[in-house]
Amino acid sequence: MSRLLMKGNEAIVKSAVLAGCRGFYGYPITPASEITEAAAVYLPQAGGVFLQAESEVAAINMLYGAAAAGVRAMTASSGPGISLMQEGISYMAGAELPCVIADITRGGPGLGNIASEQSDYHQVVKGGGHGNYRTLVLAPHSVQEMADLTALAFDLADRYRNPVVLMADGFIGQMMEPVEFPQRATPPQLPPWAVAGTAETRRNLISSIYLETDKLEAHVRQLEAKYLVAERREARAEEWRTEDADVVLVGYGIVARILKAVAAEARAEGLRVGLLRPITLFPFPNVAFDRAAWQARVFLVVEMSTGQLLEDVRLALNGARGVEFLSRVGGNVPTHNEVLERVRELAHGGAGAGEPETEQIAHV
Amino acid sequence: MSDQTDLDYIVAHSKARAFYPTYERKEELQHQTHYCPGCGHGMVHKMVAQAIDELGIQDRTILISPVGCSVFAYYYFDVGNVQAAHGRAPAVATAVKRTRPESIVISYQGDGDLAAIGSAEILHAANRGENISVIFVNNAIYSMTGGQMAPTTLMGQASTTSPGGRTPAEGYPLHICELLATLEAPVYLERVALGNNKQVAQAARAVRKAIENQVNGLGFSLVEVLSPCPTIWKMSAVEAQRWIHDVMEKTFVPRVYRDRTQTAEARPAPGPAISLEKVPAMLGVAAKETPAAFAGEGAATAEIDWQVRIAGFGGQGVLLLGEMMAEAGLDAGLEVSWLPSYGPEMRSGTSNCHVRLAREPIDSPLVGHPHVLVAMNEPSLHKFGSSVRRGGWVLYNGDDVPPECERRDVHIVARSFTHLADELGDARAANMVALGAVLEIAQVLPEASVDHALGRLVKSPRWLDLDARALTRGREVLREWRGEVCHAE
Repeated sequence: MSRLLMKGNEAIVKSAVLAGCRGFYGYPITPASEITEAAAVYLPQAGGVFLQAESEVAAINMLYGAAAAGVRAMTASSGPGISLMQEGISYMAGAELPCVIADITRGGPGLGNIASEQSDYHQVVKGGGHGNYRTLVLAPHSVQEMADLTALAFDLADRYRNPVVLMADGFIGQMMEPVEFPQRATPPQLPPWAVAGTAETRRNLISSIYLETDKLEAHVRQLEAKYLVAERREARAEEWRTEDADVVLVGYGIVARILKAVAAEARAEGLRVGLLRPITLFPFPNVAFDRAAWQARVFLVVEMSTGQLLEDVRLALNGARGVEFLSRVGGNVPTHNEVLERVRELAHGGAGAGEPETEQIAHV
Repeated sequence: MSDQTDLDYIVAHSKARAFYPTYERKEELQHQTHYCPGCGHGMVHKMVAQAIDELGIQDRTILISPVGCSVFAYYYFDVGNVQAAHGRAPAVATAVKRTRPESIVISYQGDGDLAAIGSAEILHAANRGENISVIFVNNAIYSMTGGQMAPTTLMGQASTTSPGGRTPAEGYPLHICELLATLEAPVYLERVALGNNKQVAQAARAVRKAIENQVNGLGFSLVEVLSPCPTIWKMSAVEAQRWIHDVMEKTFVPRVYRDRTQTAEARPAPGPAISLEKVPAMLGVAAKETPAAFAGEGAATAEIDWQVRIAGFGGQGVLLLGEMMAEAGLDAGLEVSWLPSYGPEMRSGTSNCHVRLAREPIDSPLVGHPHVLVAMNEPSLHKFGSSVRRGGWVLYNGDDVPPECERRDVHIVARSFTHLADELGDARAANMVALGAVLEIAQVLPEASVDHALGRLVKSPRWLDLDARALTRGREVLREWRGEVCHAE
């Protein structure tokens, strides 16, 4: 047992190197820059490559090259940079190249601000690039999970030969908590499909072009089948006292931390409140929602975006239960008390009893 | 010819070994390329393949094919193949080469791909002096997409998107070799042409040299090839060749723009990687043997939950104060969290952080209603003073609390920590005076854990000594204050 106090962003890089990552191509952006800075320190020492690219467009295409050459590789960015990377993410999914992308989210649209929002949900979870592809998305809510889910992200990326996004808000990236790491480093391995400049790999081809319509359809169907397998096998969620919950709180990242405190306080007041925290955003943990819906009367989705997670929750429940919504944006965070107040209203007054938040009224 | 049996046609000249005998990746007509009659790509492909043969690098070679007519270069080259997004081949090539330094990476691009959408990638790959070989085929037009204007289209030249001929309003032909020759890093830049047989022979030499430079580790080499496109130019193959020589060369002068092949030296290879066993230690995450101290000695089972907010000006050590508490708490076996305000606030203006120390796992790291507020300046007192829990503590870095911040339901300790620190030798130790007072209030962190945190976060001996004295002074301040309270009561 050796727990170290560390920023979430730093934990990502250390976990990545332990997981065998030997390539990092990045471009600075707040609040993700610590990842790039830590990579500049540790990747070369581990015998890997660190390179600061001229843009996020170049960075993701360098990742394409590194992955094609058969090395575990990653990049890190935030909202505006992830927007620029969408081209490369689509190409990597199309060419079936694994990589890990850390998105430490900030406020948007446009330049927005550098405070925490969760408004990258759509562009990351739904796939912001062109074509029929998905990215697998992991949503850590603690520094320990920044480390653990980074390691998982590399495994999933290799297993599905697909980009995996680690999506955390600026709080999770910037905060420090104790974290423990595996004491054994994973050795880098050369996948058989890579193009490594050797006789054995000479006949390999990395490409996403399928000129014939039937061949492209077959390729897209094969990708689709892969995502279906991932949906069956990889969905993860944390369920806290949902088994007898009347009101189920739903949130990820820093919001889930706030919801844990709210749920605990509500329970202490005798209210039957539980928490369902998606850990994978794609695949979405639909089964956990089914399970919770057996008992629950209403779900309260809390997010730092204007109803992006909300859509997936509604799809998961498919009208079976009421879904209420509370959000803050712009870098503001739902406060403990405003969520608790809403929970009390829902617990006592039934679904839909809560008044809209003043912030929402201002938007309308 | 022995490796090309079972063909239903006769090859008059033997093909380079770096080409596949038949093009099985191609849907139909697997004995011929997809290029139009008279297209320059066929000739340039042959030059590349012959160079690969001559240099004996077939197994090591990785070809990066672009978007454009040569997107299917991988149909033909029996080497490792990576197909890249439009314009991004130099970025892809960069990472392939850096990942596999023993490989020979050839980035093959057309003029729309390289000079328009990929202008940033080629400029920066060249500027970094990537040890790659770039073959840049310039036919002054977008051919694959049907003849739109390229950045290399000549003045007056008609295209489907400059139907009246290119004018200055569409910009001028971009001279890539001249542009890259302004950079320090490139080793070899040459423009060649396919205007006649003599030029073709020179082009073949240049292509070989660009690849050989990489084999020798010399750095970035680029060969620009003025290349015919009879189909889009609407010319016969012979006319197209002649047009290169008579017209195109007037804008794009074939010559050597940079040649440091004789003087360039191979960049030193990076040192050998450390062994896997040493990676955890290198990362500073290797397990330590020392057991954690025990928090709140004598009260190991008592509930601990301290929520602290620390705020002040940037530069007052507000974040460090919080980190010190968290580090000491971790050493004492507690659950801890530290959450900073971040961004421009770090560089100027105000700064604050949330700290929690608890026995149980911490749910929310956000501290909305602290037990203790350390307000290192008056704005912080105004901003957060009212958020402190009833019965909590406000430590204010000032001797007088502004009347509007007075509260009767919390303990307010108002002393100028800055002044006290100044008396100890440096006003900048005010944060540690404040920390001393917090420690005296919370009483959950053993001295040893605080010493450990101090040792981990403060490296200079002078500061270590000063900070230790400041912590002691802070503890005294609180004891004095308690005395005052008792006295008052």
